[in-house]
Amino acid sequence: MNDSTALSELNHEQSSPVVAGEPQVQRLRDHVIEIISDSGEGAQKCGQSFASIAAKSGHGIWTVEIIPAEIEPPARSIEGASGNRIRVGSFDVANGGDEADLVVALNEQVLLGRVRAGALKTGCIILLETKWRHHQDPSIVAAYTSTHDKLVADGYRVYEIPMEQVCLQHTSTPQRGKNMFVLGMLNRLYGQDLKLAREQVAFTFRSKSADIVDRNYKLLEAGYDWVGDNLDLRFEIPSAKREQAQIVVSGNTSLALGIMASGMEICAMYPITPATSASHYLSEMFESVGGLVHQAEDEIAACAFAIGASYAGKCAVTITSGPGMALKQELIGLATMAEIPLVIVNVQRGGPSTGLPTKVEQGDLLQAIFGTHGDAPRVVLAAATIEDCFYLPITARKIAEAFNLPVVLLTDANLATAQQPFARPRLRKDWFAAPVDQSAIPEGEAPYDWDRTTGLHRRFTPGQPGGMHTLTGLAHDRKSRVAYDPATNEEGLRHRSLKLAAFQKTLTLPEVYGDVDGDLLVIGWGSTKGVIEEAVEQLRAEGQAVASLHLTYLQPMASGIGDIMKHYRQVMTVEMNWGDRVDDELIDMENRRYSSLAWLLRARYLVDVDCWTEVQGQPLKPRSVARAIRNKLTRG
Amino acid sequence: MFDPIKVLSPSVSDLDDEAYSLDDFEGVDSRWCHRCGNNAILTAVQKLCAEEQLAPEKTVFVSGIGCSSRLPHYMGTYGFHALHGRALPVAEGIKIRRPDLHVFVTTGDGDCCSIGAGHWLHAIRYNMNMTVLLHDNQIYGLTKKQVSPTSPRGLVSNTSPHGAHLEPLNPLAATLGMSNISFVAHAVDWVPSVLCDIIKQAFHHRGLAFVCIMQRCPNYLPDHFEEYIKDPERMVLLTHAQGLQVEDAVAKRFKHREEHDPRDIDRARELANNRERVPLGILYRNPDVLCYEDVRAGVEHMSVSDKISALEREFDKFTVQPAS
Ligand SMILES: Cc1ncc(C[n+]2csc(CCOP(=O)(O)OP(=O)(O)O)c2C)c(N)n1
Ligand code: SF4
Ligand SMILES: [Mg+2]
Repeated sequence: MNDSTALSELNHEQSSPVVAGEPQVQRLRDHVIEIISDSGEGAQKCGQSFASIAAKSGHGIWTVEIIPAEIEPPARSIEGASGNRIRVGSFDVANGGDEADLVVALNEQVLLGRVRAGALKTGCIILLETKWRHHQDPSIVAAYTSTHDKLVADGYRVYEIPMEQVCLQHTSTPQRGKNMFVLGMLNRLYGQDLKLAREQVAFTFRSKSADIVDRNYKLLEAGYDWVGDNLDLRFEIPSAKREQAQIVVSGNTSLALGIMASGMEICAMYPITPATSASHYLSEMFESVGGLVHQAEDEIAACAFAIGASYAGKCAVTITSGPGMALKQELIGLATMAEIPLVIVNVQRGGPSTGLPTKVEQGDLLQAIFGTHGDAPRVVLAAATIEDCFYLPITARKIAEAFNLPVVLLTDANLATAQQPFARPRLRKDWFAAPVDQSAIPEGEAPYDWDRTTGLHRRFTPGQPGGMHTLTGLAHDRKSRVAYDPATNEEGLRHRSLKLAAFQKTLTLPEVYGDVDGDLLVIGWGSTKGVIEEAVEQLRAEGQAVASLHLTYLQPMASGIGDIMKHYRQVMTVEMNWGDRVDDELIDMENRRYSSLAWLLRARYLVDVDCWTEVQGQPLKPRSVARAIRNKLTRG
Repeated sequence: MFDPIKVLSPSVSDLDDEAYSLDDFEGVDSRWCHRCGNNAILTAVQKLCAEEQLAPEKTVFVSGIGCSSRLPHYMGTYGFHALHGRALPVAEGIKIRRPDLHVFVTTGDGDCCSIGAGHWLHAIRYNMNMTVLLHDNQIYGLTKKQVSPTSPRGLVSNTSPHGAHLEPLNPLAATLGMSNISFVAHAVDWVPSVLCDIIKQAFHHRGLAFVCIMQRCPNYLPDHFEEYIKDPERMVLLTHAQGLQVEDAVAKRFKHREEHDPRDIDRARELANNRERVPLGILYRNPDVLCYEDVRAGVEHMSVSDKISALEREFDKFTVQPAS
C-alpha cells in the first residue's frame, strides 16, 4: 500500500500535453471509479447514471454494486459501504478490474471499509466529503481527521470537497441531492458532455415534477462547475463511436428479460439471495407478457409446481440459488426420469450451507451435473456475460423442450448485479415456445416411444385425446407402465442417456482466445470469462504463449476440447470454487481435491489438468489471475 | 381406448349422454392387496368420472408415493405419479397452467401429513379448484408397516414395536383449523354409497375439496377399523339439505345422526375434534373462498406479436442510444 507509483504509470498511456489555462488532461485506457456512501444516499443511482452516460458516449463499462451485508447498517459505519464500482474503458470492458483508481466517498468510515477490503489502488485518488471536519460532535471530527491524515500518510491523494455546503445553495435536503452533484463532478473530471448528463438526469427523474428535475439539473451543474473551478484533475478515456443501440441492465434483469423472450410462461420460485432480484423484476413484468411468477412455500414446492406446469403445458422455469438448488434435486431427478422439460436457473452464491449469501462463488457446478441419486442426465450451461444471461434462457428452454429433460442454467452473484451494455436484441418469433400441442395421438403410439439412436420421443400432454397414460418417477416401459424388470430398467437408462449424446452432437467447439498452441491453456466457465481473457491478454503482451478457452456447455461438453488441450504444454482451470492448494503439507496427487471443472476435464480427457482457484466471495481480479498464470508458467 | 369419433367430433359425444363408460376410466389392473380399502376409493372415482362424463384426456390424477398413490395407474385418464409428499404442488402447477383440466389428487397419510405436510397447509391456502383424497390407513403401507403421524397412540408397528409414543395428528381438525378452507369432508371406504356422494360433492365444489377417507389396510392392520365398523357408538352421520343426503337404508346403519349445516365452522371443528365419535359426511363447505387461479390470470393466451411488442417497450426503458 505504500508504493507511490504515479497514477499515469498505472495506466497504459502517457499524459497528453498541458492545454494552456486548462488543467493537464491524462489520457487513460480505462479507469475504475467507486462511489460510496451510507445506504440511502443515492450512490447507486449516481454510479448507474454515470455508467449510462459513459455507455452512450461509446465507452465500454462494467458496473458492480457495492452492497453492505446488513439490511440497515448504522450510518457512518465501516461495514456500511454502499454504492457502485464503475470501470470505464476505451474497449469492451468485461469485468470490474483490479483496485479502484478514483473513489468518491460521502464519509470517511465507508471509505475505510473499502480500504480494508483492499478495494483501493495504491495512491488512489479520493474525493472526500469534508463536512465531517466541522461537525458538532467532536468524536466525529476526530474520526474524520485521523482517518484523513492516515490516508494521506499512506500515499492516497485525498481531495477534500465541501459537497454538502455547495449543495445547500440549491437544495434544503442535500443528503438526497448530493448524488447528482457527484455526477456533475465526475462528468467534468472525465470530460463527459454535460448535455448527455442532463439527458440522463431528465430520464432518471422522468416521473417527477419539473421542479425536481430542475433542482437536479442545478445540482449536476454545481458539481460540474465546482470541479471546473477548484480541481486540477482531468481524465480522458478515448471512446469508439458506436452505431448500435445498447441495453444496459444487470445480469438478473437480463435473465428475466431472457425468460420472457423464451416464451416460458411460468416461473415458480422461493426467495433466495442473489436470485431474488430476477424474480422481483419478473413479478413486475411477467403478467404483461402473459406469464406469471408463483412464490411457492419452499423450493421443493416451487420445483414441483414448475414441473406440473411444464407437464401440462409449455416448459416452465424455477429460479434459485445453491441451497434451493440442493432442495430441488429429487424433483430434478423426477423431471429426468419422467422426461419433462424444465429449466432451473441457479444464481450461485458462496456455500456450503448458508455460506456467503450475497457473495459470488462457482461452487455448484458438480451439484448441477450430478446432484441427485441415480443416473439423472441433464444439460448444464453457464452464462459468462450479462448478454448470455439474456440469450441462454432462450436456448435452455429450446433444449429442454426438444430433448424433454431438465436444463440447468448457472449464473452467479457477480453477474446478478453487474451491468455491462450489450447490443439491443432483435426479438424473434421463433424464440417463443410453440402453443401447447392438443392434437389427438394416433393409435398405437406410446408415451415413451424412444428412438433407438437418439433416445428422443414425443411428449404427450394432458388434453391430447388418445394420449392417456400415467407418468411416473418409477422405472417404466414405453407405455409408462411401472416396470421393474432388468431389461426395461436398462432400456430407460440407456435412452435417457442417449439424449445427452444426441444433444452433444449439436454443439460447436468454443474458440480459443489467444495462441492456438503454446505453453499454457487456461480453461474457465461462467462469469470469470472477462477476467481470464484480460489476464491472458496481459501475459501475451509480456510475450508468453498462453491462451484461454471458455466453456458455456459443461454437460455435455462439445467434441474437440481434448484435441485443443493437446496443443499446450500445460492446462489449468481458473475457477471460483475450492481446490486443494498443492503447497499445503498434507496435499499430494493422491488426495488433492481439484476444483469442479478440473475434476470433469481430468476424468474425461485423462489430461493432468491443474487448477487455480480463489474463493473469497469476490469476483476475480485480472491482476490475480495474471499472477497465477505467471506462477504456473515458471513453476510448471 | 382411443376413439377417433370422440376426438374428431366432440359434438357427437355431447349429444350422447353415455359417451364414456366405466371401462374408459380403467387403467392397468390394480395391484393392491385383496380387500384393500383403496379398491373402494378407486371404484368411487371411476364411477364419478363416468357419471360426470369427464373426458379422460381432460382429467388428471396426481399422486405422491405410497400404496394409495398408485391409484392414477389404475385410471384410464392422464396421471402423474410424482414423488413422496409432492403431489399437491405438482397438481397446483398443472391447474395454474390448465384450468380446463379436472385435477384430482390421491395421497396417503404419510404422503400428505408427514413428508408433504407443508404443502398440504399451503394447498389449502391456495384453494385451487381440485379434489384431494387423503387415503388415511393410519399406517405406512408401501414401506411395510411403519408408524404414521395419524396412527393412534399405542399402535404397534415396525418402528414402534412397543406402541406409538404420541397422540395422532388429526387431519380433519388440522385442516379445519386453518384459514381459507373451503371444503372438508370425512368418509370411510366401507360405506361406498356415502363415499361416492361425498366425492361427487367434492368434485362439484369450486375450490380445494379435502376429503379424508379412513381406508383399511388389511395387510398390515387387519382389524384396525373394526371398532368403527362394528360399534355404532363410534361414528356420527352428518346430513343436511346443503350437505349429504343419505338413503334411509344406509342411514339406518348409524345410531348417531346429526343435521349439520356445512356452513357452521364452529360445530365442524367440534365434530372433527371428537375422536370418540368420528363424523362421516361434509363438515364444512364455503363456495365463496377465493381460488388462487382466479386471481392469477396471468397465463392468458397472448399472441407472440403482442408479447414481442410488450417486450420491445420494456427494452426501450433500458436502451442507450449512441450519442449523436
Ligand atoms: C423421499 C422419500 N422418502 C421416503 C420414501 C419411502 N416411502 C415411500 S411411501 C412411504 C410412506 C407411505 O405411507 P403413506 O403415505 O401413508 O401411503 P400408503 O402406502 O399407506 O398408502 C415412504 C416412507 C420415498 N419414496 N421417498
Ligand atoms: S399394504 Fe395395505 S394399503 Fe397397501 S395395498 Fe396392501 S392393504 Fe392396501
Ligand atoms: Mg398410509
